Amino acid sequence: MALLEVKGARKSYGKLIALDMVDLAVESQQFHGLIGPNGSGKSTLLKCIAGAEYPEEGTLSFLDKDISTTPPAIRARRGMSLKFQITSVFNLLSVYDNILLSIQAAHSLWQLAGSRSRQILHPQVMDILSEFRIESRADDLAGELSHGEQQWLEIAMALAPGPRLLLLDEPTAGMSPEERRVTGELLRPIKARCSILIVEHDLDFIKDLSDVITVLDQGRVLDNGTPEQIEASERVREVYVTRV
Amino acid sequence: MTLLNRVAGARPGTGGRLSRLLTIELVVFVLFALMPLLLGLVWSEDDSFFWIVFTTKVLILSLFGLSFDLAWGYAGLMSFGQALFFGGAGYVVAVMSRDLDVSSIFIVLPVAVAVGLVLATLLAAFLLTGSRTPSIIFVAFGTLTGSFAAERLARAWYYLGGQNGVSVTKALTIGDMPLYEGVGFYYLAFGFLVVVYIGCRFLVRSQFGLVLAGIREREERITFLGYQVQLTRAIIFALSGAIAGLGGGLYAFHEGFVWPALMGPIYSTQAMLYVMLGGVSTLIGAVIGVTAIEFATIILIDYLRDFWIIILGVLLLLVIMFRRTGLLGMIVSERERIGSFRWRGANGKPDSRGD
Ligand SMILES: Nc1ncnc2c1ncn2[C@@H]1O[C@H](COP(=O)(O)OP(=O)(O)OP(=O)(O)O)[C@@H](O)[C@H]1O
Ligand SMILES: [Mg+2]
Repeated sequence: MALLEVKGARKSYGKLIALDMVDLAVESQQFHGLIGPNGSGKSTLLKCIAGAEYPEEGTLSFLDKDISTTPPAIRARRGMSLKFQITSVFNLLSVYDNILLSIQAAHSLWQLAGSRSRQILHPQVMDILSEFRIESRADDLAGELSHGEQQWLEIAMALAPGPRLLLLDEPTAGMSPEERRVTGELLRPIKARCSILIVEHDLDFIKDLSDVITVLDQGRVLDNGTPEQIEASERVREVYVTRV
Repeated sequence: MTLLNRVAGARPGTGGRLSRLLTIELVVFVLFALMPLLLGLVWSEDDSFFWIVFTTKVLILSLFGLSFDLAWGYAGLMSFGQALFFGGAGYVVAVMSRDLDVSSIFIVLPVAVAVGLVLATLLAAFLLTGSRTPSIIFVAFGTLTGSFAAERLARAWYYLGGQNGVSVTKALTIGDMPLYEGVGFYYLAFGFLVVVYIGCRFLVRSQFGLVLAGIREREERITFLGYQVQLTRAIIFALSGAIAGLGGGLYAFHEGFVWPALMGPIYSTQAMLYVMLGGVSTLIGAVIGVTAIEFATIILIDYLRDFWIIILGVLLLLVIMFRRTGLLGMIVSERERIGSFRWRGANGKPDSRGD
C-alpha cells in the first residue's frame, strides 16, 4: 500500500469547489510533483493532507492508517512535515532555534522542561543548517534572513525531524534563478530519506526531480504519470498553453 | 560570570559581560536581600519595622504578579482569574486555621499551592479543551466570570464570613516557632520568591520555553510541528495557579485576614497592571511592577488621595502606549527578552562548529 493515499477528496469554500473527487497516492521514497494553474487546488490538497483543512468527503490514509479526522499535531508526530506556501518561520527566534523547535517536537514536554535533549540535538541542528547553507546565520533572527534563505530555513525545518513524508508548497516561490537552481540541488538527495510531495508552478524545474507528477485543474486531477507522460499529455498541454 | 550568563541564555559575543536583563535581575534581588539592613540604617526601629512589613507584602504580591506573567506573558492567556487562585487559596488556609487550628507552614503552604493548582487546572480544562483555539476575549471572560462568581459567593456565604471575610488570628508556625510579621516573615517570603523565580526562569529559558516562544509568535504554525498547543498552555496556566496559590497562602497569614475582594476582578486586574507596567514576558518585570506600584501608592496616596488612582492609570497608559513591553522594554531588547535556546557547549562557550 502507498505511504499516503487520498481517495475521493472533496473540499469546498462556500460555493467554490476547491477539490473535487481528488485521488492521489504517494509511494515510499517517491518524489511526487503536483502542478496546476493558479487556484487549481494544490495548496488546498496539501492542507487537507497535513490537517490544516478537513475535506468534506473522501478518505486519507497515511502509513496504512486512516487519518481523515486526525488532528495536525498527531499527523506531524506520525511523520508528516509541511512547508506552507506563505513563509512562516519564527521571525523573533534565531535560525538555530527555529530548527531546534522543529526537531525537539518529538520529545515529551517533561523532557523539554529539563532541557535534556539540548546537547544531543545540537549536532543535528548544525548538520541541517550546513546542509541548507545557512550555518553562518545560525545566531541571526530568522526574520533577518533574505526571502530565499527563509524558504531554505523552512525546508530545513520541515526536514529536520526526519519525516516520512515531506509536503512542500512552492519552495522556490520568489527565488532568483540561481537560488532556484541551488534549491533543486538541495532537494534532489532528500528522496533517499523520505517521500516528497511538492507543489510547483514551473514544470521545467520539477520534471527533472520528480518520479511522478500529478496535474490539477479546477479542483480535479487532470492527469497523472511520469514526467515524460505529462509532457506528452494533450490535456495538460491544452491547459498550460491556453491558460497559463 | 559565564555560568550566570549560561543560566540566562545570553547571546554569544557578549564576551563574559552580564546581559542587561540578568544585571537587572541581580540588582533587584540583591536589593531585596539587603532591604531589612538598609532600612535599619536609615530609619528608627519603629519606622523600619513598618517598611519591613510593607516590603514583605510587596514580596508576596510579587508571586502574584509572577503568576500573571506566566499566564499572559508566556502562555498567552489573558487571565482575570489570578485573584481567584490567590484569594481562593487564602480563604482555604484561613478557614483551616479558624476551624481546624492548622497553622503549620508544612500544611498551610502545600494546601495553598494545591488549591491554586486545582482551581487553575479546572479552569484550564474548561477553557482549553476543544480543538479550536480560544480567543483572548473568551479566556478573559471565562476567567473573569470565575473570579466574579467567587467574590460574590464569599460575600454571601456566612461560613466564609460574608462581607467581613475571615480573620487569621494564629501565626504561621515552623515546627514550634511562630512566625510573626517582621524580619522572619520577610526572609521567608523572600526565600519563596527567589526559589519560585529561579524555577520560572529556568523553565522559560528551557526547551519548553522555546515551545512557549513559538506558541506566542505563531500558534497556528507550531501545531504542524507536532506540538499540542492547548496542553502546553494548560500546564503553564496550572503552574501559574499554583504560584498564585502559594502567594495567597502567605498573604492570608501575613495580613491576618482574607476578604471577598481578594478573589475578585479588581485584584485580578491589579495583577495585570503590575505586569503591564513592569514588562510582560520578562518575569522580573512582574516584580518591578509590583514594587513600583505598591511603593508609589503608599508614598503618594497621602498627598494625592483619590487623584492617585487617576494618575496611576494615566501613567500606566503612557508607559504601555510608549512601550508595549512596559518599563523593562525600555532597557532590555526584544532579542534578549525572548532569549536564545541553543546549546553552548559544556563550559558555556560556543563549540568549535558554527560560530
Ligand atoms: N480559505 C479560503 N476561503 C475561500 N476560498 C479559498 C480559501 N482557500 C482557497 N480558496 C480558493 O480555493 C481555490 C483553490 O485554492 P488553492 O490555494 O488551493 O489554489 P492553488 O492551486 O494553491 O493556487 P496557487 O497556485 O495560486 O497557490 C481558489 O479558487 C481559492 O481562491
Ligand atoms: Mg497554492
